[in-house]
Amino acid sequence: MKEQRSIIKTLAAPDISKAAGAISSIIAIAVGLIFGFFIMLISDPQQAWAGFKMILTGGLSSGKDFGNVLYYATPIIMTGLSVAFAFKTSLFNIGASGQFIMGAYGAVLVGVKLSSLGQIQWFVALLAAMVFGAVWAILPGVLKAFFNVNEVISCIMLNYIGMYTVNMLVKETVFHQYTNRSLPVAETANIPKMGLDKLFPESMVGGGIIVAIIVAIIMAIILNKTTFGYELKACGINRSAARYAGINEKKSIILAMVFSGALAGIGGGLLYLSGTGIYITVVDTMAPQGFDGISVALLGMSNPIGALFAGLFIAYITVGGSKMQLVGFVPEIISIITAIIIYCAAFSLMIRNFFVDRRMRKLNKQDEEESVKKETLKSPPEGDSKGGGNV
Amino acid sequence: MNTVYFLFQQTMFFMIPLMIVALGGMYSERSGVINIALEGIMIMGGFSGILFINRMQDTMSGQGLLLLALLVSAVSGMIYSLLHAYASVNMKADQTISGTALNLLAPAFAIYTARLIQPSHVQQINFTNTFRVEKVPVLGDIPVIGNLLFQNTYITTYIGFAILIIAAVVLYKTRFGLRLRSCGEHPQAADAVGISVYGIRYAGVMISGALAGMGGLIFIIPTSTNFNATVSGYGFLALAVLIFGQWNPWKIAGAALFFGLMKTVSAAYSSIPFLMSLNITGYVYKMIPYIATLVVLVFSSRSSQAPKAEGIPYDKGAR
Repeated sequence: MKEQRSIIKTLAAPDISKAAGAISSIIAIAVGLIFGFFIMLISDPQQAWAGFKMILTGGLSSGKDFGNVLYYATPIIMTGLSVAFAFKTSLFNIGASGQFIMGAYGAVLVGVKLSSLGQIQWFVALLAAMVFGAVWAILPGVLKAFFNVNEVISCIMLNYIGMYTVNMLVKETVFHQYTNRSLPVAETANIPKMGLDKLFPESMVGGGIIVAIIVAIIMAIILNKTTFGYELKACGINRSAARYAGINEKKSIILAMVFSGALAGIGGGLLYLSGTGIYITVVDTMAPQGFDGISVALLGMSNPIGALFAGLFIAYITVGGSKMQLVGFVPEIISIITAIIIYCAAFSLMIRNFFVDRRMRKLNKQDEEESVKKETLKSPPEGDSKGGGNV
Repeated sequence: MNTVYFLFQQTMFFMIPLMIVALGGMYSERSGVINIALEGIMIMGGFSGILFINRMQDTMSGQGLLLLALLVSAVSGMIYSLLHAYASVNMKADQTISGTALNLLAPAFAIYTARLIQPSHVQQINFTNTFRVEKVPVLGDIPVIGNLLFQNTYITTYIGFAILIIAAVVLYKTRFGLRLRSCGEHPQAADAVGISVYGIRYAGVMISGALAGMGGLIFIIPTSTNFNATVSGYGFLALAVLIFGQWNPWKIAGAALFFGLMKTVSAAYSSIPFLMSLNITGYVYKMIPYIATLVVLVFSSRSSQAPKAEGIPYDKGAR
């Protein structure tokens, strides 16, 4: 009986920890929203409730709004998957911004130059985005694996270098002089709408979200069902143990970064091939989607499906936040809420441990009670009428 | 020769904030807490300092106002860093995540507050620069040295060097410094001899908050005329300076000088005749500081002198 219990415990532990992780994410979201509400209450008590209601419901108020939620979610789901993938090998890919804009450039380059490809042009452009993003992530991977360079610092440096490189390349290859931005891509380079424009009329949504969902599922399969994914996760949990078990940890680090960069690159491609009149502008600001990806990955607990929902959630409150301007609020409140959520998510380990501990203690207590019961059953004290009949 | 003087003075404007912030980061990391939030703390410090100047400049001006604003920046940076200290010391949170959250929060807060309280509802906060010192009396007349260090300068340059000396003395010559270093190397041992690891780590993070807050203001004043909720990634560059400087105050000063020079080249290449004649696109110069960072990190990361217990939450019961 006791053995059975302990087997149940070992089997149940990851489930408990997963459930507790979801609970801690929900707690973090609740705290962030409440905090945001308080800030709104302080800045404008009369309109606070109206504004807050818009954050909560704005994304669902019409089909167009929900379509836009899907549209905004697409790139940050991809950068979120990118950051989450690197997290699995315990690498912090803060460089998704640079990889994202690199991918965007690759997509726009193919989209402008190779219109002879015809119907498959969008697919080729998306592949180019993937390759550009992946190439941009090789360097931090190699530096980490062979020179022990902290990937956070090298990724941040590569964000700046990537931003300036793309500005330079856009100016030299696909530049539209008067608007200071890239040339429009060919019609065939835009990702097909896949019927979503009929489903959510007037919104900006397109096939990109479907590509993102497919990629998330592929990523979940790679991580959970392949040897490659297992090796990456093993490296993430304990690098020395992984090496001792015969896993080439240098190769794993580099490949994890390359995959991560490829995901961010696809994100850049999906945004700039969405056919919504968006161009690479030549300004010295970094792509914010890369940093949103960090929030998405943390909120989604580095899980591909979790990242999918986290991206939808952040896009949802962003759409709500932009509607909130109608009643006179500054949309930066959304960034504040997201930051608070991430801050609380940093505590998730503590919250998770609390839940797991409590559950374990409960199971242990049941064990003890049972063994005590057994003891009493085996050797009933003389004259005790309680267990006498059973023996 | 004038070009050399000009470049040196410019280099000081970039070097001093980098050095101060990296020294702050050194205190945090030497106590065992990774502080990736330096960027966010700089933004908070720059925001409150510039806001203070913006509000007070009608009644005050000159060095007195600057010193008060520096104090405001230091205090607000210190308060902001408490969030990081609480997360990483008490809550044993992942320090990189907590730092990232603070980096996200600071610009959003600065923009939100600026748009809320300013009558014009813009996110930029303007200030009038009345702090530049044309020439320090007596010292400014010394040939060469006077030109390099005592003309076209700010008192923040001298404050920066004072902080460097104090930081080095405190770290290596005082009881507090020894305790701080021991908490970053082996907190269990430090605890065993009666040092409060939590207390020391709080102190380390708060010192880094105060210095990074000041650094934010010191960076903004000579290089801009308004505060636009950004310090242009200087907090991250300071982290690179910290690693390149191997967590040692004197080496950090050298690393900051190197980066200041690189940054000057990238910002002022058009006024250097030799570089102008090379006819290279401006983007290449803009990339130089970041490429240089990558290159030096390759050479300095292999034999890393990082504090051993850095980034690991202290757990009393751990074996």
